[in-house]
Amino acid sequence: MASDTSKRSSYFLISPMAAIFAIFLVIPLLTIVVVSFWDYDEYRILPDFIFENYSYLLGSSVTWKIYLNTLKYAALTWGFTLLIGFTVAYFLAFHVRSLTWQIVLFMVCTIPFWTSNIIRMISWIPFLGRNGLLNSALINLGIVDQPLEFLLFSDFAVVLADVHLYTLFMVVPIFNSMMRIDRSLIEAARDAGASGFETLKSVIVPLSKPGIAIGSIFVITVVMGDFITVRLMSGGQSASVGLQISNEIGLLQYPAAAASAVVLLITVLLIVTGLLRLVDIRKEL
Amino acid sequence: MTRSIPKTRERRPLSFYILAAFFALFVLFLYGPMLTIFILSFQGENGGLTFPMNGFSFHWFGNLFERQAVGDFGGSFARSLKLGLIVMVVTVVVSFMAGLAFRRRFRGDSVIFYLAIASLIVPSILISLGIGLLFNIIEWQPQWFTSALGAHLTWTFPFGLLIMFAVFNRFDPSYEEAARDLGASNWQTIQYVVLPMVGPSLIGVAMFSFTLSYDEFARTLMTAGALNTLPLEIYGMTTNVTTPVLYALGTVTTGFSFVVIGIALGSVLLLRRRKGQKA
Repeated sequence: MASDTSKRSSYFLISPMAAIFAIFLVIPLLTIVVVSFWDYDEYRILPDFIFENYSYLLGSSVTWKIYLNTLKYAALTWGFTLLIGFTVAYFLAFHVRSLTWQIVLFMVCTIPFWTSNIIRMISWIPFLGRNGLLNSALINLGIVDQPLEFLLFSDFAVVLADVHLYTLFMVVPIFNSMMRIDRSLIEAARDAGASGFETLKSVIVPLSKPGIAIGSIFVITVVMGDFITVRLMSGGQSASVGLQISNEIGLLQYPAAAASAVVLLITVLLIVTGLLRLVDIRKEL
Repeated sequence: MTRSIPKTRERRPLSFYILAAFFALFVLFLYGPMLTIFILSFQGENGGLTFPMNGFSFHWFGNLFERQAVGDFGGSFARSLKLGLIVMVVTVVVSFMAGLAFRRRFRGDSVIFYLAIASLIVPSILISLGIGLLFNIIEWQPQWFTSALGAHLTWTFPFGLLIMFAVFNRFDPSYEEAARDLGASNWQTIQYVVLPMVGPSLIGVAMFSFTLSYDEFARTLMTAGALNTLPLEIYGMTTNVTTPVLYALGTVTTGFSFVVIGIALGSVLLLRRRKGQKA
């Protein structure tokens, strides 16, 4: 039984974090919801209670196209990061034998995460550009005679950059799940005559599910809300929900941006709720 | 197939080599682009944004520090550095406190937990927009050390808290009980028993929070006020700078990130070694 003093000390210890979340997360999100019902003109936002922001947003075919496009980016990025992330985590967890090497190789994967995302996007330009490395190589090898235009400033570039930036979000939780798999289960599967592939399919994949779910939550939410990758890598030729919001902010149409933000938030929360049914995050730490 | 349990070194299966090759390609994929802009930042004075290299020079690095050429690199760098350090200190202290609090159940603990998860998955631009609107309505001027600081903390706290969960889930309370039995006060127990044991993880939290803040863009967009942080400055450059000075900037900030990571890893190793000697 916790005594009163220890309870009080828990409240004291948690209060700074609670305060910051209240001021900079809860109140701002409520502000967005409130402002999404406000009116605006060219200069300012006007307190009101109207539904025009929503009716305009949801009634516009552009919105639906943008959502479809964003979901496409999210789905493609999710698929690739999952495949690559699972394979990398599997290699690290089951094929690298010494713990030191596991840590070293794991660090090699995580270090780019701690550098600037924008710089990592820019760094694709000399590789993918019209006169970039890839095009020069392809032309020199005689595979194509004209530079490929779709490499940079295209959907391809957006998904490539997303995969480049976020595969780590898959590797870490899946690796974490795999490292907890009792090795004797794998020996048991082997002894029972399972091939490597069968072991992978019926033992490792099911037991890695929590990691896969957490990684998927990260990747999907981050791509759903992204605007800068789409802006930089599509060269302004494609749109995403986040980009639409940032454009509306740029035009000072805050209530419109707020309405888009509310719809985006609901979408993301629905996706996450679905994925959370597969995993209890608190158990995974 | 009957194979013995691999206690001794068995021969690597073919799948090992295939996966190792895949892993090597993945690492190349991660680092290759970075390497190209590193090389291109030494582009000659008349060189362009892509290969070939047109000579070799430090011209673009020099260019970086000329104020009129590329905006306010020095000022924005200093601002990002200061902001990152403040975020780091606050995150380490507050996450550690929260980690201690979460060792017992208290009313509202799951609310805080779900707020942290929400903070992690709410798109960054929404945090930016929300705080921007809030400051707009109450007519406060957004500043990097107020609104942007708060925005960054909503990003670093979840990481700090989750790391603390992972640490305290594996923390054996009998060490503290032993300290208490020997007459240590609460504060002494924390100072001499808990802190040394979780020290390396706190360095991890410190590095996470510093680098996340230092590189954060979306959450700063509407919260930085009149003065840019470095990522905002870089973003501005991507739209109007078409010389390799962009790569020079990339090389400098990436180099700086590597230094920070190096310092963090170095101190963890140092702590481990000291602990090893004492034991």
